[in-house]
Amino acid sequence: MGLSILKAGIADTLQDQGRYGFQHLGIPPGGAMDPVAILVSNALVGNQANEAVLEMHFPAPVLLFKSSALIALAGADFGAEIDGVSVELNQPLLVPQNSTLRFTKNKSGARVYLSVAGGFVAEEWLGSFGTMLLVQKGGFNGRNLATNDSLLFKKNRVEKIESLIALPWRASLAEFYFGNCIQCIAGAEATALNEEATTNFTQAVFSVGIQSNRMGYRLNGPNLNTITQKEYLSTAVDFGTIQLLPSGQLILLMADHQTTGGYPKIAHVSSTYFATLAQSPIGKQLQFEWIDIATAEKKLIEQQQNLQQLQNACNFRLQEYFSND
Amino acid sequence: MELTNSYLIYPVSDHAITLDFGQEMNAQTNQRIMLLFQLLQEKNIAGIKDIIPAYSSICLVYDCKLVLKIAGGISAYAFLKGLLDALVIELSNKISSNTGRNLKLPVCYDPILAPDLMPLIETLQLGIEEFIALHTNTSYRVYMIGFLPGFAYMGTVNKKIISPRKQNPRNIVPAGSVGIAGAQTGIYPIDCPGGWQLIGRTPIQIFDANKKQPSFFMPGDTVCFEPIGIDQFYEMQKQPSKWD
Repeated sequence: MGLSILKAGIADTLQDQGRYGFQHLGIPPGGAMDPVAILVSNALVGNQANEAVLEMHFPAPVLLFKSSALIALAGADFGAEIDGVSVELNQPLLVPQNSTLRFTKNKSGARVYLSVAGGFVAEEWLGSFGTMLLVQKGGFNGRNLATNDSLLFKKNRVEKIESLIALPWRASLAEFYFGNCIQCIAGAEATALNEEATTNFTQAVFSVGIQSNRMGYRLNGPNLNTITQKEYLSTAVDFGTIQLLPSGQLILLMADHQTTGGYPKIAHVSSTYFATLAQSPIGKQLQFEWIDIATAEKKLIEQQQNLQQLQNACNFRLQEYFSND
Repeated sequence: MELTNSYLIYPVSDHAITLDFGQEMNAQTNQRIMLLFQLLQEKNIAGIKDIIPAYSSICLVYDCKLVLKIAGGISAYAFLKGLLDALVIELSNKISSNTGRNLKLPVCYDPILAPDLMPLIETLQLGIEEFIALHTNTSYRVYMIGFLPGFAYMGTVNKKIISPRKQNPRNIVPAGSVGIAGAQTGIYPIDCPGGWQLIGRTPIQIFDANKKQPSFFMPGDTVCFEPIGIDQFYEMQKQPSKWD
């Protein structure tokens, strides 16, 4: 009961919503990069939002289902095919035993999530099932999946089926992903930028640099200078914190960020935009605009409510489908 | 010394808030932070997911939705800002006694394990014994843990051995390496890249993911280093670390 990795992708890990309560010991939260995609893929198969999912980048792995399963994919569009048949994102799929899931083309986005009904068997570390590569803990032996690894399902919710069935509904996620314009709350050291840099921060275009990963994105753009050269004491940083490096370039912290940092904190991306950031591949152009904390908080709550409604709708449809079966 | 009551509170996202006593590295300010850390842990406020103390600041990471339930109609940020303001007042009535533990840690200063020690003492114009004495005769405060799991930023080192970071960071620093950067000293908990001047190594595994409490250090601890010889280092390295 599970799936095996016929061919590993470049960075396939099990992730949940992150590990909290240990940042005072320097242990980062980690967790899925795209908070919307993990929640939706889990909701579509009837899982709790925090159930561990498989996060995959392109080139993505080739997966063989060793048992029938109810699954869903959300996040990036990598041209998913099951036994040669294209399948949609954001839709529950009943997958027969011995079918193969592969990803054929890097169409859009940066990472795709796979949920299976009931969840994957994963290693728990400090209250989270997410993989933390740095200390090789959590998820699947604390590491990226390799060819020939087998992931087990916790329980099989699905009777044996003969052929692929796409359940007749899809989640619409358009409202949770935005264009190039990313809203930010001003950071404590935003005022350290000189006039030109302050203007450039919201006027210039930045692109996601090649040295970008789960820890952070390097942003290519004009060099930003500060009024004076000043060293700052390290303070806490977070997912979405934008820091100014000594070189004048920006770094945007992502899920596996360090817990503290000493570079000036210029801005903090409103968490409503985390999903958009997570699906911004290398080369993607971004622009920043300011938002105040009160508005950002309202938007966050509104997004959470909309996601809750989506979860409820998914659960309702699933129950309805399987009770009519 | 009179305590300054000025501080800054600012958002670190729409779900994290920091109080900063003003960007200074001194034991007294950090002790106030540690008292705040303790107070906040005791209060066990609904929706607080993480409390991150640093040199002169403390950050609360929170679940907006849960905080709003107790916020009484104002925003979660405004509620927590009010709470931190009140805590600072509460704090001013507290006697600032040290809350941390006293720890001892063996360190071997043999140049075989301390690749920057010889060039450094030459630059500083110190003898090796003198350097070791200067590094071990001070008790250090764990100002904060950050950068890596279990990496303790300790200070303050004797003025005579303050040393800049290396121009070119190493790609791999072995776990247990003791470094100096400016007036700070610290120990690499895992093998990783690093730019601190490496002046010794401890045989103790200071981050052990298999332990329930994986970090040897806690913020606010006081630490003394005890010099050991290289034979003792290898002997101790073979033993499983007993702390926890």
